[in-house]
Amino acid sequence: MSGAAPLSFYIHIPYCVKRCGYCDFNTYTPGELKDGGTLAEVSGDYIDLLLREVDQAAREVPTAHPVPTIFFGGGTPTLMEPSDLGRVLTAIQTRFGFAPDIEITIEANPDTVTKEKLAALRAIGINRISFGMQSAVPHVLKVLDRTHNPENVAKATAWAREAGFEHISVDLIYGIPGESIKDWKESIDTALSLPIDHISAYALIVESGTKLANQVKRGEIVMPADDETADKYLLADQAFQAAGFEWYELSNWARPNGECRHNVAYWLGANWWGLGPGAHSHVNGKRWWNVKHPSTYRDRITADESPAQDSEVLSAEEKESERIMLAIRMPAGIDHSTLNLAVLNRLAPYVTSGALDANKWSAGSLVLTANGRLIADRIVREILL
Amino acid sequence: MPAIPLAKAPQPAATDPAQIRNFCIIAHIDHGKSTLADRMLGITEVVEQRNMRAQYLDRMDIERERGITIKSQAVRLPWRSGIDGKEYILNMIDTPGHVDFTYEVSRSLAACEGAILLVDCAQGIEAQTLANLYLAMENNLTIIPVLNKIDLPAAQPEKFAEELAKLIGCKPEDCLRVSGKTGDGVVELLDQIVELIPAPVGDANAPARALIFDSVYDTYRGVVTYVRVVDGHLSTRDQIQMFSTGVRHEMLEVGVISPEPVVSKGLGVGEVGYVITGVKDVRQSRVGDTITTYNHPAQTALAGYKDPKPMVFSGLFPLDGADYPLLREALDKLQLNDAALVFEPESSAALGFGFRCGFLGLLHMEIVRERLEREAGLSLISTAPSVVYRVFRDDGKEMVVTNPSEFPDGKIARVDEPIVRATVLAPAEFIGTIMELCQERRGTLLGMDYLSEDRVEIRYTLPLAEIVFDFFDQLKSRTKGYASLDYEPIGEAEGDLVKVDILLQGEHVDAFSAIVHKDKAYAYGVMMTSKLRELIPRQQFEVPIQAAIGSRIIARESIRAIRKDVLAKCYGGDISRKRKLLEKQKEGKKRMKMVGRVEVPQEAFIAALTTDADADKAKKAK
Repeated sequence: MSGAAPLSFYIHIPYCVKRCGYCDFNTYTPGELKDGGTLAEVSGDYIDLLLREVDQAAREVPTAHPVPTIFFGGGTPTLMEPSDLGRVLTAIQTRFGFAPDIEITIEANPDTVTKEKLAALRAIGINRISFGMQSAVPHVLKVLDRTHNPENVAKATAWAREAGFEHISVDLIYGIPGESIKDWKESIDTALSLPIDHISAYALIVESGTKLANQVKRGEIVMPADDETADKYLLADQAFQAAGFEWYELSNWARPNGECRHNVAYWLGANWWGLGPGAHSHVNGKRWWNVKHPSTYRDRITADESPAQDSEVLSAEEKESERIMLAIRMPAGIDHSTLNLAVLNRLAPYVTSGALDANKWSAGSLVLTANGRLIADRIVREILL
Repeated sequence: MPAIPLAKAPQPAATDPAQIRNFCIIAHIDHGKSTLADRMLGITEVVEQRNMRAQYLDRMDIERERGITIKSQAVRLPWRSGIDGKEYILNMIDTPGHVDFTYEVSRSLAACEGAILLVDCAQGIEAQTLANLYLAMENNLTIIPVLNKIDLPAAQPEKFAEELAKLIGCKPEDCLRVSGKTGDGVVELLDQIVELIPAPVGDANAPARALIFDSVYDTYRGVVTYVRVVDGHLSTRDQIQMFSTGVRHEMLEVGVISPEPVVSKGLGVGEVGYVITGVKDVRQSRVGDTITTYNHPAQTALAGYKDPKPMVFSGLFPLDGADYPLLREALDKLQLNDAALVFEPESSAALGFGFRCGFLGLLHMEIVRERLEREAGLSLISTAPSVVYRVFRDDGKEMVVTNPSEFPDGKIARVDEPIVRATVLAPAEFIGTIMELCQERRGTLLGMDYLSEDRVEIRYTLPLAEIVFDFFDQLKSRTKGYASLDYEPIGEAEGDLVKVDILLQGEHVDAFSAIVHKDKAYAYGVMMTSKLRELIPRQQFEVPIQAAIGSRIIARESIRAIRKDVLAKCYGGDISRKRKLLEKQKEGKKRMKMVGRVEVPQEAFIAALTTDADADKAKKAK
């Protein structure tokens, strides 16, 4: 496979100290890992496997372009030793080279970082950090099963600023059972008081198989009504914009130049390689995903085999579906010239109802208003089905 | 030895009428008729022990499972009387046991001289049995009262002997006591049949007249017609003619059932058997019609022929529109064996293409639907059953409406609806409950009689439409299952009726229109609009749901516009997942029906057309 386009990297760290009730990510606590051992012991070995997958990537996708973005996600990447994470970066740099303005992000748990750790992460070249804040309200965090103390976020972001991170982001979750509008407003205000240039805010999704899903199923927890969650989205959008954060994706807001370029690459259909168990990759219209369990992953890599569990080559129709469903989530929207007349006719009522921006519509593009973003999936179905 | 080997028994076409006894068994569904019949087959040795199986005569799967017999059959049983030691031929004519098939029952009775009134002596007589008993008495049949299941610990033969004696005017000690299960008393019963039931009387030299009391389609043989010869003689050499149609048929085969078909040379006066003519459709060989011979025809038909008349109509639609041709094929096939089933194409804006079907009653409807689903593998949705209304317009024009959506919009002078006479038998403690239910359903009390100290017969006239609308389920649930019901159509009466339409965003949904009594229109409107509000998902726009009589809105609900329909997260691994979800939703979209601009999932239609009682039944079935 040859890649004429630049290749980004996602690096999956599938470990957490404990699993949160709402989380369905591919992550494991020490207790869940049958091979035993503490994370510190696992860490070094795991990094060795990632390095071998970098070698595989270099064989598979020779590209002349330097790497534009790298993202450490998880799990909890900050559980790893910064020096170990540095080994991965060095390997990628050696094989592919770094763009001069490379963006390297790490997700961090505000509870487990220290001033020293942040400095060490910055020292290995990581220049963007995203803290899992979720909420500023203790009783809401409890529903999410989160362990952290809300004050740690203020501390962590201040330290990150001190350590010299160029971009700092926080993640928020809303639409949580028991969360009032006032609670949500408190989380928004707290976030906006932090030294950050980026906010992600997600409506809570009840993923099947999670502890939360079981609690909802048993009726122990009642999810808030969709209308209230919609109100919270509008509230956040207004507050963020008023504070100088513009939406650049449905659930993401940034100050000028604060956008996460790595995520934008996903949404624009760029090429990336996901390293680690369960990681997804996309290169030139082919998508694949690695085996999920760390031990299966280890077996594959050790045997010098591809860790891919399965793959798909996108048809023209599938590529178009993806383009529509991703582009509609961003402010540039979709150009009318790429849609047929029947689709435009079907969409016209959405302009009247205020879901589509009327001025942009007149100017020849389909751009969602805040209300429209809340029904983006419905509009996608209107276009594609 | 009371049983006679078949070969030595009197042969068909050569049996003296004086040796023949034709009888049927009148019994309620679970009172043990099939078990008693099985026992008779065994004792007379027409079925060998090793070939015996339960409910031998109920051949169709569907009948066996529901424990009811839809189509009757006639079995020739040779028997040597223990009283006079002579040889006899007993023809046992099986009768259907349900209210929808009253006419078929009456024809079976007309083929007999006597009837066994079989009553479970742990339960007592039921309303339908009583109705059939009255029918038999009207036909001047000799009634032999028999208490069954005397082996049961809960048996109360004395109590129910009193009840039967009172009903038919005999003495309690005249009631025979049997157990179909153990065989106790069955030999005595066979002897009493010979003793008490008169032999058939007919003119052997007159032109042939035979009554058709059943007609069954067989895949290999075509229509098998069951007949009772009244006068003259039918033989294989004859060409026969049907009185109602005048159509001539070749006689391909004549025989008796014993209980497998046995070909014979012919059938003489008083005999019961079958004829096969090569006809492929039961409508050409109708129950109640008279068969005569073409060369030597009789002048007058036997009395009592009636065209089957559908009383209940419902739209049947395939869930998958592509199955429409299959549904037509399956209905065509069913009609070969069901002269009472009528259908014509119907198209509904909401449900697509289907058929408007007419049935004898609710059970008939259920059976047809079940057979279509089971035998043709179809998934169907049916609209609420409707009766036949006669609408007189102001301009004097009259029209018959079997589908609420065809109810005229203009000025209406009068609407007539079918009325039935309903009989309810129940323990006396439920009198109040039953009267309350009948009053709610616009009933008029005709009278009430005590069958015994603690059991009553209550008679009402009721609009058939009220019975069709879950009356039986209500009756059963309010009387803890103890009440039984029978009804017969007695004519038409004017009703204060209106059509209630349901509108979704101003668009009329034909499948939900209903003709209801004026006093119940509001309740229907509220029930339907709130049900739909729960069932229809939120749309891009607010959707008003209205119930209306003409242009007057009587109930209103609305579905608020959807505000949130988006998954917040969309990162690397989410992209494939999201696209695949979209592909799945494409399939779901196909099952959406559009009512104007409103997308209604098919499940919502099904759920809205399902009554609570149906839903309970479905739950229990699981």
